[in-house]
Amino acid sequence: MMTKSYVSLWFRYLKTDWFQLRRPALNNQPFVLAISDHGRKIVAAADPKAERQGIFPGATVADARAIIPGLEVLDDIPGLGDKLLTALAEWCIRFTPIAAVDPPDGLLLDTTGCSHLWGGDQPYLQSILTRLQARGYAVHGAMADTIGAAWALARFGNIAVSGQQRQEAGLPGPFAGQGGSHELLLALPPAALRLEPITLDKLRKLGLITIGHFAHLSRSALRRRFGEPLLLRLDQAFGRAQEFLQPLHPVEQYQERLPCLEPIVTATGIGIALQRLLEALTSRLQKEAKGVREALFKAYRLDGKIEQLRIATNRPSDNVTHLYKLFELRIATIEPDLGIELFLLEATKLEDLLPVQEQLWAGDQGLEARGIAELIDQLAGRFGSASIRRYLPDEHHWPERSIKTAQALNEKPAIPWRTHRPRPTILLPQPVPIQVTAPVPDYPPLLFRYQGKVHHIKKADGPERIEREWWLEEGPHRDYYCVEDQDGARYWLFRSGHYTGENTQQWFLHGYFP
Amino acid sequence: MPAASADIIRQLQREILPLQGFKPPTAGRAVDFHLGPLEAAFPNHRFPTGAVHEFISQTRQQSAATHGFLGGLLAPLLKNGGVCLWIGGNRSVFPPGFPIYGVSPDRVLFLDLPKEKDRCWAMEEALKCEALTAVVGEISEISFTDSRRLQLAVEQSRVTGMLLRHAPRTLGTVASVARWEIIPLPSEPEEGLPGIGFPRWQTTLLKVRNGRPGSWVVEWSAGRFQFPEQAAQAAGLHGQGVALALGSQNIAPPAPRIAASVPLPAVRAPHKRRTG
Repeated sequence: MMTKSYVSLWFRYLKTDWFQLRRPALNNQPFVLAISDHGRKIVAAADPKAERQGIFPGATVADARAIIPGLEVLDDIPGLGDKLLTALAEWCIRFTPIAAVDPPDGLLLDTTGCSHLWGGDQPYLQSILTRLQARGYAVHGAMADTIGAAWALARFGNIAVSGQQRQEAGLPGPFAGQGGSHELLLALPPAALRLEPITLDKLRKLGLITIGHFAHLSRSALRRRFGEPLLLRLDQAFGRAQEFLQPLHPVEQYQERLPCLEPIVTATGIGIALQRLLEALTSRLQKEAKGVREALFKAYRLDGKIEQLRIATNRPSDNVTHLYKLFELRIATIEPDLGIELFLLEATKLEDLLPVQEQLWAGDQGLEARGIAELIDQLAGRFGSASIRRYLPDEHHWPERSIKTAQALNEKPAIPWRTHRPRPTILLPQPVPIQVTAPVPDYPPLLFRYQGKVHHIKKADGPERIEREWWLEEGPHRDYYCVEDQDGARYWLFRSGHYTGENTQQWFLHGYFP
Repeated sequence: MPAASADIIRQLQREILPLQGFKPPTAGRAVDFHLGPLEAAFPNHRFPTGAVHEFISQTRQQSAATHGFLGGLLAPLLKNGGVCLWIGGNRSVFPPGFPIYGVSPDRVLFLDLPKEKDRCWAMEEALKCEALTAVVGEISEISFTDSRRLQLAVEQSRVTGMLLRHAPRTLGTVASVARWEIIPLPSEPEEGLPGIGFPRWQTTLLKVRNGRPGSWVVEWSAGRFQFPEQAAQAAGLHGQGVALALGSQNIAPPAPRIAASVPLPAVRAPHKRRTG
């Protein structure tokens, strides 16, 4: 099994750093964030300048003002810390796919197998810390083989390793270490074990001021005095008990990543990245006989924004060219801004793809052909899937209801197409009222007037009576006539309802025959 | 002109044809369109598939007639399980009108796009797809450059493209193999029979690349194109092959709801069918 490695990050002044970034005027001004508690104002966070003068969270604002008369007091924003941490964890996805929030002021990254991309553990951790510091946050971090050890070293590492030693070992930040972290832990105070204040109190009273003082005591003695939690934390720190992260994004099973050495800003570059990711993903899918139904392409920008493209296919596909085509249409919508440093391709929905025997003499495979499904994906990707339809006959005589939309490409007509009644090739969406001269009831009209032109009817067929289905809607029936005028054009007319002497507005034009 | 140079010219013409996209028909894959005397208008005496045809219509009536003729052309193309993509604007095409022309409408995919530019793009993409057999595009205005793109696409894929140009503002040069115009003609029912006869059109080839334009009277009966004029000449008779009205065979009169209140209409279809 691969040795695990975790990085714990500690943002010592998370909230005040954020305020300072937003208001540069606070750079030279000690300030605190205050919350109201039982009618008093309590310091929720103090910036380094205020802390240096002895103001710590939990003090009342009135006391703090007594210490620093010119103290700036700002209102704390509830939930700010969590929001900031989530955003930072999101940003850290460029370093590892598994990033978790560690409230109230930390992050935990599972960096197993990640650091070789940066050329080793130390450059890797160094890179994380420098990039975060460049964003304006005071950050401490440490890498270790357990979550507990990383957490402890990030916060108390300064005690374990002096600056001098660090320089000699070539270690960045407070500390980066692996394997040897167990010895270092022994020198740390018990608070590094994430214990309850009450347990810490007990330990202090007993004079156990470093972990080394009690780590080797018998388990039963420790359990009797301090309870199970202390043992669990000890085991977690020394790797004897498993501990799991709750990642911000659950890791997709079918995901490919492509970090870029230099930020990518051109469409060509994005295209190449996409092509590579697709090749990697599909070669894996081909081995497992699976095809993509939905995929998501993400581009992580330098400024922390994420650009996304989503595609869907009609039928599982492991064809790079086809999938690339679906994305290609929308590459132009990605805004690279200052550049993209990480590309990520996820197959969010997969289906089994049964291998099809290749046909040497591929005739017309009809609707089953792969080319058709791919064309439909492409058209649907650009115009929306609602614009493509296929029609099947429906069991209704009423013309508007005589067809239905097919649900799937391989759906076969349930009933045959009827040809024993004439049907026009152009059907007007709404029947158009026309003026007619019809001398005898139930005869086709002699002439009709439509759009200012008089059509003399020379030949006619009909009537064909079509009733409205009473169980669907109420209304008059229609008597359809096929008529041909003096120019040879053929029309589909109908009279709505029975002939009545007084109602002349009951004739309609509904379609054109070839 | 001396005989030798005429020979050379004929030879050169034969060599030019394949370069222009006219592939000689391959054995076993030939499709019979029953176009009779009309096929002589085309090079190789064969209706060219794998090319772009252009149909001009000015009125709704003409465009309906074009649909009928188009149905007759699509039927043999789609016979072996082929698929057609119909790219329209606001779709008024009524699929149940096509089975009479031998086209099974469930083999036709309809794509509705309001913008002409989108239709042009979709048509080009569809013509590149070899899994399709035919693509129909309702594109009124098309530039020469755009039509060249369509032509290049079909030369690769051998898909047959049909451009339906309804009321085009200009009729400029378009890279199509033929420009058709289908105008409805009065039908001629068999003597003594009332009602409408088989659909009949004045089919005009306004332009044919390397062919001879002309005009023919075409009728659709018995599931194929008929040429009543030629048939009449051949038989020395008038009206041979002109049989019954389209679908007028068995239209039943409305069921009388009020007993004996209305007389049955005199204009009624006969109840027999003759296949010609």
